[in-house]
Amino acid sequence: MADDAVIDTPEHAPVVTDGGVRRRDFINIAAVSAAGVGAVSVLLPLVSQMAPSADVLAESSTDVDLASIQVGQGIKAVFRSQPLFVRRLTPKEIAAADAVPVASLRDPETLAQRTKPGKTEWLITMAVCTHLGCVPLGIVSTENRGEFGGYFCPCHGSQYDTAARIRKGPAPKNLEVPDYAFTTDTAIKVG
Amino acid sequence: MSFPWAQHYKPSHPLMVYLDEKLPLPRFVYNAVGAGYPVPRNLNYAWNFGVLAGFCLLIQIVTGIVLAMHYASNAGIAFDSTEHIMRDVNYGWLLRYAHANGASAFFAVVYIHIFRGFFYGSYKPPREMIWLLGVVIFLLMMATAFMGYVLPWGQMSYWGAQVITGLFSAIPLIGGALHTWLLGGFAPGDAALNRFFSLHFLLPFVILGVVILHIWSLHIPGSSNPTGVEVKTESDTVPFHPYYTAKDGFGLGVFLILYCAVVFFAPNQFGHPDNYIPANPMQTPAHIVPEWYFWPFYAILRAFTQDFFIIPAKLMGVLAMFSAILVWFFLPWLDRSPVRSGHYRPLHRKFFWVLVIDVLALGYCGGAPAREPYVMISQVLAIYYFLHFLVILPIVSSLEKPEPLPFSITEAVLGKDDHAVLTA
Ligand code: HEM
Ligand code: FES
Repeated sequence: MADDAVIDTPEHAPVVTDGGVRRRDFINIAAVSAAGVGAVSVLLPLVSQMAPSADVLAESSTDVDLASIQVGQGIKAVFRSQPLFVRRLTPKEIAAADAVPVASLRDPETLAQRTKPGKTEWLITMAVCTHLGCVPLGIVSTENRGEFGGYFCPCHGSQYDTAARIRKGPAPKNLEVPDYAFTTDTAIKVG
Repeated sequence: MSFPWAQHYKPSHPLMVYLDEKLPLPRFVYNAVGAGYPVPRNLNYAWNFGVLAGFCLLIQIVTGIVLAMHYASNAGIAFDSTEHIMRDVNYGWLLRYAHANGASAFFAVVYIHIFRGFFYGSYKPPREMIWLLGVVIFLLMMATAFMGYVLPWGQMSYWGAQVITGLFSAIPLIGGALHTWLLGGFAPGDAALNRFFSLHFLLPFVILGVVILHIWSLHIPGSSNPTGVEVKTESDTVPFHPYYTAKDGFGLGVFLILYCAVVFFAPNQFGHPDNYIPANPMQTPAHIVPEWYFWPFYAILRAFTQDFFIIPAKLMGVLAMFSAILVWFFLPWLDRSPVRSGHYRPLHRKFFWVLVIDVLALGYCGGAPAREPYVMISQVLAIYYFLHFLVILPIVSSLEKPEPLPFSITEAVLGKDDHAVLTA
C-alpha cells in the first residue's frame, strides 16, 4: 500500500482526519497490536512452563549432624538433590587457607568469610564444580585433592584450595557456600 | 530448476496420467531423483554421502519411533526401561543397538560429507545457501544426539546433561537463570529428562524439514563435481536415474555392510561402559567424555584454562567451542578463490590435509583425560583450527596460483576427443 494519504476505494470515499490519518491506518495498527499482545501472552506460559515447578522449588532444607565428623574428615550430604560437602578442616588446612594473599585469588574471599564466626573449621560448600557442574574429588583424604589440598575436579581439572576457593583450571568461582545456620553446636540446617 | 535438456515426464498408464493431473507426485520424484534430473557425469564416491546421510536419518526415525514405544522418560525408571528394551522386548537389543550405532554412523557419514565440501569448495557460490542449511542441520543433529544420549539415564547420560547444560551458565548475567530454566531444576532430574525426550522426538523431524530445504536449494544449481567446473552442455551430464541411483545403491550396500558389522559384532564399541551404571547425582565418573563425534569440539572447550583479558576461562572455552562450528557459516566468504576444487588448488589442498590431521588430533585429545600433555596439545591444535579458517584460508585463496582448469567436465573425463562425446 502506498503511503499516499488518500486512496480511492469503490464503495467509500476516502476518510481523512485532520492529521492525514485514515481510519484504515488506525484499524491496521490496532489489529496488529492486539495480535502482538495476544502472541506474547501465548508465549509467556509456553516459556515459563520450563522453569522449575512448584514442587521442585519447594524442596526442603537439609539437616546435617556434625557430631561424628572428626577433624580432617568430611562427608557428602544431599541438599536440593545436589551433593553438599561438609568438611572439618585441620589446623594445618586452616593455616594454609589463611596464608594465601586474598587479592591474588580469582574469586577473592577469606576462609572467615566462607565459614561461620567461631566455626572456621567447618567448611560447608556445594559439591558442584563452578565450571560445568561435576562433583569434585577430595572430600575423603584418599581421593585426589589437587595441588592445593582442597578439591580436584576430574572433569576439566579445576583445583580448589582448603577453603574451597578456585586456584587453578577453568572454573570461574569458589565452590558455593549455601545458606545455612548452626542449630546446635554439632548440627546445621542448610537452606 | 533443471537444465534445458532434462528428460520430460510422460506418464503412459491411465492411472498415472490421472494422478499427474490431480497430484503430480510421480512427476516430482521423476524430476528430483529420476531420469528427469541431469547430474554431472563425473561425480566420484565422495558424492554418495548425502544420500547416505538421508538414509541414516531414516534409520534413526524408524528405530527411534519403535524404541519410544517401550521407553519411559521418568527419572525413576528410565534406566530400567532401557534395560527392559535390551532384555525383554522382542528384538529390543537390535533396535537399541541399531539406534545408538545409527547415531555414530550418521555422524561419520556427515563428517565425510562436510569434509568433501571443504576439499571441493562446494560451499562456494552459487551453492552457499546449501552449505548454510547444512551447518544448521549439523547443529540440530548435535542437539538431537546430545539429548538422545541423556535418555538411558546412566552415569554418562546424567553427567553429560550436567556438563553440557552447564555450558549455558557461562553466559554473563543471565547464565545461571538460563541454566535453571533449561533444566527445570537446579540439577538434571525428571523435568530435564522429560523435556529432552520430547525434544529428542521432535528434532529429527525438524532436521527432515531442513534437509528438504537443503535439497531444494541444491536442485537449483545442481550438484557440483570433482573438477568444480560448472555444467555447460548435455554431454557433461547423465540422468540421475539409472546412473546415480545405481551408484548410490552400491554405496548404500557398502555402508550397510560396515554398519551391520558394528551393530552385530561390536555394538558397544562406540559406547561407554559407565553408561550401564544408573545415574548417580552424588558421584561423577572419574573420566567423563562425550560420544566420539563430539570429541574435537570438547577438546577445544577444555583447551581454555586461563582467563583471557576480561573474559573468564569458562566463557572463553564455551565461546570457542561454539565458534568452531559457527565459523563454517562464514566459509563461503572467507575462501575467495575463484577456483572450487582442491584438485586445481595446490596450496589449498595441502592445508586441507593439515586441517584433517588437526581435527583428528583434536578428537584424540578430546577423548583423553583432562591432563597434560593433552591440554597443552589441544591448545596448539585449537589455535591452528581457527588460524586455518580465519587466516590461512583467506590468504591462501588470494596468493595461490591455481592449476589450469579443464574447459568442461566432458573434456576432463574424455580428453579433447570430440567423438567421445556422450550422446543420449
Ligand atoms: C537425528 C536423528 C537422531 C539421532 C542423531 C539420535 C541419537 C540418539 C542417541 C545417541 C541415543 C542414545 C543411545 C543409547 O545410548 O542407547 C538415542 C536414544 C533414543 N532415541 Fe534417538 N536419535 C535420533 C532420532 C530419534 C527419533 C526420530 C526418535 C523417536 C521418534 C528417537 C528416539 C529415541 C529413544 C526413545 C531413545 C532412548 C532409548 C535408548 O537409549 O536406546 N530418536 N538417540
Ligand atoms: S566441571 Fe569441574 S572442571 Fe569442568
